[in-house]
Amino acid sequence: MGAAMLERRKLVKDLLADRGDLMVVCGLGSPTYDVAAAGDHPLNFYLWMAMGGAAMIGLGLALAKPERRVAVITGDGEQLMGMGGLGTIGVKKPQNLVIVVLDNGHYGETGMQPSHTTGGVDLVAVAKACGFADGLTLTDKAGVARVRDLLHKGKGPILVNARISNAETPRFLPMRDGHAIKTRFIQAANAAVS
Amino acid sequence: MDDQNNIRWPDTIYDHFKRVGVRQVGYVPDAGHSRLIALCQKDPEIADVVLTTEEEGVGLVAGAHLGGQRAVLLMQSSGVGNCINMFSLIRNCGFPCLIVVTMRGEFAEFNQAQVAMGQITEPVLRLAGFLTYRIDDPGEVDEVVAAGCDMAFDGDLAIAILLGQRLIGRKRWTK
Repeated sequence: MGAAMLERRKLVKDLLADRGDLMVVCGLGSPTYDVAAAGDHPLNFYLWMAMGGAAMIGLGLALAKPERRVAVITGDGEQLMGMGGLGTIGVKKPQNLVIVVLDNGHYGETGMQPSHTTGGVDLVAVAKACGFADGLTLTDKAGVARVRDLLHKGKGPILVNARISNAETPRFLPMRDGHAIKTRFIQAANAAVS
Repeated sequence: MDDQNNIRWPDTIYDHFKRVGVRQVGYVPDAGHSRLIALCQKDPEIADVVLTTEEEGVGLVAGAHLGGQRAVLLMQSSGVGNCINMFSLIRNCGFPCLIVVTMRGEFAEFNQAQVAMGQITEPVLRLAGFLTYRIDDPGEVDEVVAAGCDMAFDGDLAIAILLGQRLIGRKRWTK
């Protein structure tokens, strides 16, 4: 099974191809590196902290910009830490928010200890139970184009759990100055033409 | 609480939220904030976001600001403890943040268990980078909340306004 699993860098690059004015919040650790490696962009909000907060940042942004699309790209460990937020999002039902969990079943940043998704916790089922409009598991390349389409047009909130290989990828470190990341994002978000 | 119907200071806080254009309010249900929460819920221009834990609200505030909106958080003093690591987002990125905290464990407290967190709430907020202002007298609400709103949203600062138990009134334990 391992050889056929999705590779995270290629997956994220494909999901963000021709992204237009899609706004992206990246969970700390590898998802931030993956999004940066796909191409630095002012509408990337890179997180270096606040584990468990990515989806809620996505909610605040989605509520503030209902006419725009918001993607949260995060890891299984990060989303597990913010599981209550899935309930909050399910109650609020932002139609423009899609969460993509890059699920390798492990905590890559701390030495590949298994996460609860390895232990059987199903984040798609959690999201559906929380009232998300849709939830699906992505396991192979054939489904990538559909998920990319959901990012731009799907009626949210949607959670996509992408089962990815846990093969190690080289670190790709984007800018780390939080003020600069924030200011650049705000300027781009308010300048871009929808 | 019964006396929530007779107090006006929540309306004063709400009026300042409106004056500075607050569009999102995150909260965990709380007796002391119940009237203010109800005012926000009734306002079609304010998205009221019920949270499962207060730390979710820190992310909400950051996201709202990224999208060009002003958001505030309402919580009880115990909720401040839930937020500590998430506050690093506010400090590292310089997000404006206004939190209105109803205090427990500090004055005429019936429940000893509230004291542990209530007594460290203000120091913890200061360690996390917040400027803190206390209100014990209803006559101070207008001036202090006005200043807090302006400092948070014009000054891009992290501001916590602590509503003391002398202001909020005693929790009723019998009905």
